[in-house]
Amino acid sequence: MLSIAEQLHVPPRPARPVLAWAFIERQKNLWKRYWAWELVWLVYGVVNTLAVTLIANQVGNSGLADKEAISRLVLFLLIGTLVWAYLSAVLDDISMVVQWERWEGTIEHTLMAPVERWLHLTGMVLFGILHGIVRTLLIFAIAVPFFTVHLGDADWLAATVVLFVGSFSVAGLAILAGILPMLYPERGQQMSMMVQAFVLLVSGVYYEVGVLPAWLRAFSYISPATYILDGIRGAIIDGKSVADVWPQIAALAGFGIGLIPGGIFLFAIAERWAKKTGRLKRQG
Amino acid sequence: MVEMNGHMNSETTAAAGRSASPLLPLQVRDVMKSFGGGFDVGRLLPWQRAKPPGDGARRVVDGISFEIRRGEIFGVIGANGSGKSTLIRMISTLLLPDEGDIRIFGMDVVRQSIQVRALINRVSADPSFFRNMTAAENLLFFGRVYGLSPREIRERLPEMLRRLGFEWERALEPMSHLSRGQQQKIAVARAFLTSPVLMLLDEPTTGLDPRSKRDVQAFVRQVQREHDASILLTTHDMEEAELLCDRISFISGGKIVAEGTPLELRQLVAGARPLESINMETVFMELTGRSVEEDEEPEEALIHA
Repeated sequence: MLSIAEQLHVPPRPARPVLAWAFIERQKNLWKRYWAWELVWLVYGVVNTLAVTLIANQVGNSGLADKEAISRLVLFLLIGTLVWAYLSAVLDDISMVVQWERWEGTIEHTLMAPVERWLHLTGMVLFGILHGIVRTLLIFAIAVPFFTVHLGDADWLAATVVLFVGSFSVAGLAILAGILPMLYPERGQQMSMMVQAFVLLVSGVYYEVGVLPAWLRAFSYISPATYILDGIRGAIIDGKSVADVWPQIAALAGFGIGLIPGGIFLFAIAERWAKKTGRLKRQG
Repeated sequence: MVEMNGHMNSETTAAAGRSASPLLPLQVRDVMKSFGGGFDVGRLLPWQRAKPPGDGARRVVDGISFEIRRGEIFGVIGANGSGKSTLIRMISTLLLPDEGDIRIFGMDVVRQSIQVRALINRVSADPSFFRNMTAAENLLFFGRVYGLSPREIRERLPEMLRRLGFEWERALEPMSHLSRGQQQKIAVARAFLTSPVLMLLDEPTTGLDPRSKRDVQAFVRQVQREHDASILLTTHDMEEAELLCDRISFISGGKIVAEGTPLELRQLVAGARPLESINMETVFMELTGRSVEEDEEPEEALIHA
């Protein structure tokens, strides 16, 4: 028996992944049209990487540490800034899922399309990861020549695995942060920026989490970024293998398994609440 | 058959009792929607204005029931703030009704929202596009999320835009470079591109210049005839309603006040006067006690109350 859609000659719906691809393609087009902003963020990323990593050179010039410790500090800070550039790009892209559409005024048209929300979010997550990789590689290529770094011992495979698995746990966190603009149309984006700032504080981006006061350090255990930084630093600075960074990979996989379905579930609840109270409506 | 609010209760009740028909493009039964009245934490802050006494939930849509038949253009006419846009948003799956039932070809808009969305599309008064993307890029995205392939979109678009009086070359320019009328034509193309069987037109010609308005109206009529689409049109433009609609329903204060063909509505208020002397504006005034240009409380204000 034909379905109603078939009776009404509605074109058959394509395989589901195609629908997620529509969001990747749209984000790519937006990225192309907002290239000037992309350039601004690239310059900011390079400047931030240089500004923070040059602190290691200052420590070296002041004679506070030996050459080997300075070389290690340079790499520690360089990895911190680059990984943060990547994570913040992923967090920004995904957490803007609602807010960007509010700015453009398209939120109602996008949310009334016949796409399951998990596919919509999958498209945004995949684009966020690809975007983050491209931007970070560019920052890396521009910033690295400024420093003398020893990468001979690095285990790139282990670093890549940590980053890959960690990207999904951060994506789950970003989906959760993206709910805030849905719940609070006027203040939600600022709230998700605060979440991002807190992750920066507690995850050991520019210092070991050991320097944090004990009460703040407790939060570092529930931030996926802590394990990503730990794992990547272990792989690149100390040459740890995949087996050596397995605890970090397992923790990140656990976060991903919990945060992504949890994020999508809570996003659906928030969307339902927004539809109940009329908060999807465009602003501006 | 013409219906008036005063003697409509028994018929409305009968309509509500009817079973959901998979053959009817749209069935709306006893739908209610209120906004505001919930607990707002922000109001506890000392610098926030205190909530005025008695400022509870306000009903924007109040027990509305109607049906749209296959291939019909059904108009919902009301002043700004009368509940038209809220009604369209509920049908579009963008708002959840507090009470009542909305079905599209027998499918519930709340429980079967994904299936329903594949059958409908919407044009609103505000074109709403990604401003820096080109018109073609916008249409590519909005076509793809409805399951169209880029090839299908490229095949359909040039002819559709030509019929709307839009030059294809301009589709390669960012939306922000286009005039309001051109943007609205792209919005109409976006909606019809996906071949919806139920089209929701929410004041589609508001703010357009006379020529763009005529282009859009002619296109809507033509596509509706060719594709047997059913259309729900909300407007406060009486001329447009009479020109396009097979049946019209007047809405005021969130309630349907009267429903019928344009001729039936005229007959309803004509009395001893000749029908030619009665225009739809007069009909609306006499049935609702207000002008269609006279704003009721804006729905947006209620949402954020």
